[in-house]
Amino acid sequence: MGIEVKNIKKRFGKHEVLRGINLEFVPGKIYGLLGRNGAGKSTLLNIIAARIFPTAGTVTLDGKTVCDDDSALEQIYLMSERNLYPEGERLKKLLKTTELLYGSFDYTYANKLAAEFSLDLNQKFGKLSTGYRSIFKLIVALCVPARYVFLDEPDLGLDANHRELFYRELMENYAQTHRTFIVSTHLIGEFANLLERVFIIKNGQILVAGEVEDVLAKAYLIAGPKEDVCKYSAGLNVIGHESLGNIYGNYVFGGVDDERHLPDTVSLEHLDLQKLFINLTNEKGEK
Amino acid sequence: MTDDEVKRVYFNFNSAEPIYLQVAQQIEEAIFTGSYHEGAQVPSTTEISRDFHINPATVLKGMNRLVEAGLIVKKRGIGMFVAEGAHAVIVDRRRKAFYQDKVIQLIKEAKGLQISEGELVDLIKRGF
Repeated sequence: MGIEVKNIKKRFGKHEVLRGINLEFVPGKIYGLLGRNGAGKSTLLNIIAARIFPTAGTVTLDGKTVCDDDSALEQIYLMSERNLYPEGERLKKLLKTTELLYGSFDYTYANKLAAEFSLDLNQKFGKLSTGYRSIFKLIVALCVPARYVFLDEPDLGLDANHRELFYRELMENYAQTHRTFIVSTHLIGEFANLLERVFIIKNGQILVAGEVEDVLAKAYLIAGPKEDVCKYSAGLNVIGHESLGNIYGNYVFGGVDDERHLPDTVSLEHLDLQKLFINLTNEKGEK
Repeated sequence: MTDDEVKRVYFNFNSAEPIYLQVAQQIEEAIFTGSYHEGAQVPSTTEISRDFHINPATVLKGMNRLVEAGLIVKKRGIGMFVAEGAHAVIVDRRRKAFYQDKVIQLIKEAKGLQISEGELVDLIKRGF
């Protein structure tokens, strides 16, 4: 059950954007889809929502192929970072259009959210700032009846107060509907605690997949005098390092050896999701 | 706190302890300080999730830890409540851990500052 993405490949000309993506979204969970700019996140989301076609592979919802089944497609909503709405259209009219496409729409909830974010729905979409465009698209995403809601950079242009409000509303909505949310964002630090499972995508492939807690349980910073740190980290999967004078730190992913004696001079700490992400996705030469 | 945690810490500017443990610790602390007295209702999973932007499954895991420890009890359809005797359980556990968690660390710090045993005892007497 849920959405299954099988061996998705996508090529634009000579450029292979997705190189065999396999993943699954089960009902009632909040997922993070993390990747650097150009990693292929938006392309993958557009394929799942059947806005573009893959070069190879399939996307199914409860076993039905999404791109040729309208009832499956209705269950998927993608809020994308692109602006697909006509600039001259009033927001109220855009809500009506959404209702036509998705069968129903929660206007009471939309009006409540619009009031909370101080958004006037009589405005034209083209008049909105970047932040308010995101807010409008978020309101639509929270009010459509789709069971799988994909949010591609939902925080784009939102100020800190509006982000707080968004996180609150997202958790409230999730508690009531228990729908599946898939969030793609660069604000990893702010989203980390909201996520139950995470996918990290790099160069068109899934690099890490799993429960956030399990993933973080395998990520460590080993720090202390360089010699001691290197001795302790020998044979472990070191994904990055850092130094401050004589103090040296190795980032490790994949667990440590519990049998190994930890010297008094060396500290062993867990990483947060953002620190792990940065070290896993750094290109050579980047610090 | 284990021996490892007493060791010097580098680079760690914010704790990356699992969130469910932090949830459990925060509620335990609130029971200990009397913010939630025995028999009082503790915030629901949804409330904590919404107010602190934490996944409800994570919050629930933290809550279940407290249920297993006998600190809170579930009342079906109503919510979670601080168990009778929860405060005493926490006090007992923290007393047992006091030497390991606090005293050893205090002495280590004092030694680093070249404060003698006598001086430390005098300081403790002054602070009491």
